[in-house]
Amino acid sequence: MPSLGADMEEGKLVEWLVKPGDDVKKGDIVAVVETQKGAIEIEIFEAGQIGALLAEPGQTLPVGAPLARLGVVDEAEVTVPVAASEPAFQAPNAAAPPAPAPAPTAKPVAPAAPSGGVVLASPAARARAAGLGIALEAVSGSGPGGAVFLSDVESHVPAALQPTAETVVEDRPKGKPGLDMTEMRRAIAAAMSRAKREIPHYYLTHEIDLQSAHDRLTALNADRTPDRRLLMGAFLLHASIRALAKVPELNGRHEAEHYAPSGPVHCGMAVAMRGGGLIAPAILEAQSRDPDQIMAAMRDLVARTRTGRLRNSEITQGTITISSLGENGVDALIGVIYPPQVALVGFGAPRVRPMVQNGTIQPRLAVTVSLAADHRVSDGRRGALFLAEIDRLLQEPAIP
Amino acid sequence: MTQTDLRAAFIADLTAVAPDLDPATIGDDDHMQDDLGLDSMDFLNLVSALHRRFGLPIPEADYPRLATTALAVAYLQEVLAA
Repeated sequence: MPSLGADMEEGKLVEWLVKPGDDVKKGDIVAVVETQKGAIEIEIFEAGQIGALLAEPGQTLPVGAPLARLGVVDEAEVTVPVAASEPAFQAPNAAAPPAPAPAPTAKPVAPAAPSGGVVLASPAARARAAGLGIALEAVSGSGPGGAVFLSDVESHVPAALQPTAETVVEDRPKGKPGLDMTEMRRAIAAAMSRAKREIPHYYLTHEIDLQSAHDRLTALNADRTPDRRLLMGAFLLHASIRALAKVPELNGRHEAEHYAPSGPVHCGMAVAMRGGGLIAPAILEAQSRDPDQIMAAMRDLVARTRTGRLRNSEITQGTITISSLGENGVDALIGVIYPPQVALVGFGAPRVRPMVQNGTIQPRLAVTVSLAADHRVSDGRRGALFLAEIDRLLQEPAIP
Repeated sequence: MTQTDLRAAFIADLTAVAPDLDPATIGDDDHMQDDLGLDSMDFLNLVSALHRRFGLPIPEADYPRLATTALAVAYLQEVLAA
């Protein structure tokens, strides 16, 4: 049972979308899990073949409990997503070869034990040991020739010290209509309290002239049927994502004491629920999408946030969040960063304001953009560069 | 199509876009954004649904004429008759 938020303690298996013997590749959806906040599609984190299904639909399991076994091509099995207290090893093909070729999912081999003899261990066991910082020699193996299996590594450390899952723990609520508002409020409270407790925010705001972007949008939409029209929000997201190329340190995740900037932009998009509350699923790999693709992703994500199912990667892998008040809000939104991200971009409602252009005051559509950023990672000068770049990109006639 | 039919069709598309709305409680003069809480994405989805149903272009300039159920029914009636 993967953790889908730091406050999640258990989840209910709703249905299996695979059966034993099915071959799966990384990212395939294998199950649907109902948490106290809604149904989420669970993606597999490694390629392999589904072994035994250990949990039955309807069963409620604590985070970390095994849901199924995954056979990793000719290798020892790993539990799915990860067992907190793994039962006895049950692989039918448990004869782990002494020096196996790296599994297709080539995980880094444990750096431990460079001295002398080679410890026999399955790749899954090596990967886990490396992740936990355990030397393989210290683990007594239960396999042939004393080979160390995943279960041996896991039984070597106290359950409390084990990581919950390969899916990263994050405070990020999700759900759909009919979800429990008390639970969603609790999730938001946990994430935002952590943000205010741990992240030294700084804030910048900037007013952007949107008139030319608006004119381009109007001209573009005039030739399109409604289902192909774009919203200003797609332009704003597109420009913000592109601007990250200039200040890439705003895109990433600050976990524990370590900040890791991200190459891909998994752009969280705050989606307000009509009953109240907020979910911020991410548009994955948003850096390579044009405005039409951003718009398509927005439509899909908003629809699934409100009435369908989100996938676990979408609610756990965001690298930055953009929040927009839409067309009927107030002037500005100064946000709170979504841990472990390090920046949040907020757009107020675009509104016609008196702006000076060529020395005269003119009514122009304008929007106030804000940046809330983590001072451990960036400074005001860099943040200012980022907002100025968004402005510049929105003035570019080249952008549709 | 009678006015009643148009209203029923409009309400059907509206509640498909915003499933949390109860058709029985939607007033004819409720404002889509201000009263019913539609955001720009919801509204665009509504326009798209009406476009599919009636085959009308519904340009952006006409959006204000869909601001309430009463306005929308009048608009649809007028444009369909044209």
